[in-house]
Amino acid sequence: MSHPMTITEKILAFHAGLKAVKPGELIKARVDLALANDITAPLAIQVFEEIGREKVFDAEKIALVADHFVPNKDIPSAQQAKVMKNFAIKHKIAHYYEMGDGGIEHVILPEKGLVGPGDLVIGADSHTCTYGALGAFSTGVGSTDLGAVMATGMAWLKVPSTIRVEYQGKLMPWVGGKDLILFTLGQIGVEGANYKSLEFCGETIRNLPMDQRFTMTNMAVEGGAKNGIVEPDDITVNYFSERSVREPLMFKSDDGAVYERVLKIPAEKIEPQVAFPHSPDNVRPVSKVGLVTLDQVFIGSCTNGRLDDLRIVAAILKGKGVAKGTRLIVLPGSQWIFKKAIQEGLVETFLDAGAVVGPPSCGPCLGGHLGILAEGEKALSTTNRNFVGRMGHPKSEVYLASPAIAAASAILGRIGSPEDV
Amino acid sequence: MKLIGKVWKFGDNVDTDVIIPARFLTVSDKEDLAKNCFVDLSPNFVKEVRKGDIIVAGKNFGCGSSREHAPLAIKAAGIGLVVAKSFARIFYRSAFNIGLPILESDEAFDIYSEGETLTVDLETGEIRGANAGVRVSAKAIPVFMREIIQAGGLVSYIKARGSL
Ligand code: SF4
Repeated sequence: MSHPMTITEKILAFHAGLKAVKPGELIKARVDLALANDITAPLAIQVFEEIGREKVFDAEKIALVADHFVPNKDIPSAQQAKVMKNFAIKHKIAHYYEMGDGGIEHVILPEKGLVGPGDLVIGADSHTCTYGALGAFSTGVGSTDLGAVMATGMAWLKVPSTIRVEYQGKLMPWVGGKDLILFTLGQIGVEGANYKSLEFCGETIRNLPMDQRFTMTNMAVEGGAKNGIVEPDDITVNYFSERSVREPLMFKSDDGAVYERVLKIPAEKIEPQVAFPHSPDNVRPVSKVGLVTLDQVFIGSCTNGRLDDLRIVAAILKGKGVAKGTRLIVLPGSQWIFKKAIQEGLVETFLDAGAVVGPPSCGPCLGGHLGILAEGEKALSTTNRNFVGRMGHPKSEVYLASPAIAAASAILGRIGSPEDV
Repeated sequence: MKLIGKVWKFGDNVDTDVIIPARFLTVSDKEDLAKNCFVDLSPNFVKEVRKGDIIVAGKNFGCGSSREHAPLAIKAAGIGLVVAKSFARIFYRSAFNIGLPILESDEAFDIYSEGETLTVDLETGEIRGANAGVRVSAKAIPVFMREIIQAGGLVSYIKARGSL
């Protein structure tokens, strides 16, 4: 018998063809899916070409997604996107997505059933850790690593130690996955999980719908983590089996698995959270925010651009209007979500309230386009990072919060909660 | 290998958005990326940095996005070494993969000042300041990372072995 292991250790051992692994061990692991986007793919392609292989390791196991600057914002970004497109055509990449059937990478890969429980996913994007919500091991790397994966189908990884975060209790109204993860980041700090795995568990997580689990694992990297993960359960399997015919691999942490640290969080006491500039761990409960007037509210991204998010926003915006002097931008995370949001009447609610609804794109999340901030402007955003200059001018400010807080704040023209509207 | 360079100091949690803001990521040429390295945080950096200069930073250097453009921009701008209390995970990996030397040291940041000239032995990790009495030793580099460096980066490593 091998020693008790965490879910992350088990998935890594499985993909390395080993019975057991221990934190700190270096392994070479088989990759189920390799991902790159319009920013990182061109560099990864250069690396792949330097390595000098004729063919990619498996055209079915590579996903290339144009999402950061789509629709292409200028000539250089169009040139970059074209490099990726040509590569996808040349190598018959099965999962190449452009506008029209795509969206933001971390939204569409799960949505299209390309990632499932037990998978190992390597992506040239730091938020690749999002797929941990499905009980998969997924982590972000640089373009050189990704180029190497495209050539060999293998990645070298150091087995991380794990921090287990247990959430107990029923959530207060308007509190969800975003608040749980922001609160947790406030506790551990932006470096608190550097090189480590963050395992989210406990009664609160078991009751959390998939969309909110994605929000939590998405921001594991904001604590520096290598991966974030939730043990798969019925909620996971229901989500996955609606989208894929593959058998899920249901790894779970063993009793007696060794954790570097266990953090217990009384979730029922957590208020909606707001991260102040310029760091995702600089959090306060919404009741302690004070007066912060807003020039812009952005709802979208791989953190909070999913259907449940838009439903919450519409419920709050219904019959109300965006405050004068505040701009509200809503970008659904994928084409599918966009269509659902139209069918369910959410988009009409957004438009009636005075929002601008745009195409699925990373857009303003990384200060690319579709809503850049001017000097001194303040924005509340449902995204994951609020570093200096992240959404525009280096002297602009970004506050991070949930879709519920974003919707309420758009109505109020200042940061506030749905209770205040 | 000995390296001599002038110190550029940066604090804790220097993220990839300030190393190279996303608005400049529409290109992937190293030299073009280098033109905007630290443009918001330290506008004079690109003008004044000299080949072989050394960045000395606090903890969690290179956090944030996975963009390899960040270590590439730093390297192409002329920086010969980054010494930090700690590095963010993806930056750490990528630096080795592309051949940007990095060292981890808890003390360097508190000891050396901006503009000071350091002499560094990359193999032993010994760092010596302008005041020859003040020296620190950086943490040892894990064996497997050393293999990648010895091969000349990840690409040559794979080419030489035919696999990972
Ligand atoms: S939405 Fe933002 S965080 Fe997510 S992949 Fe796009 S740029 Fe990155």
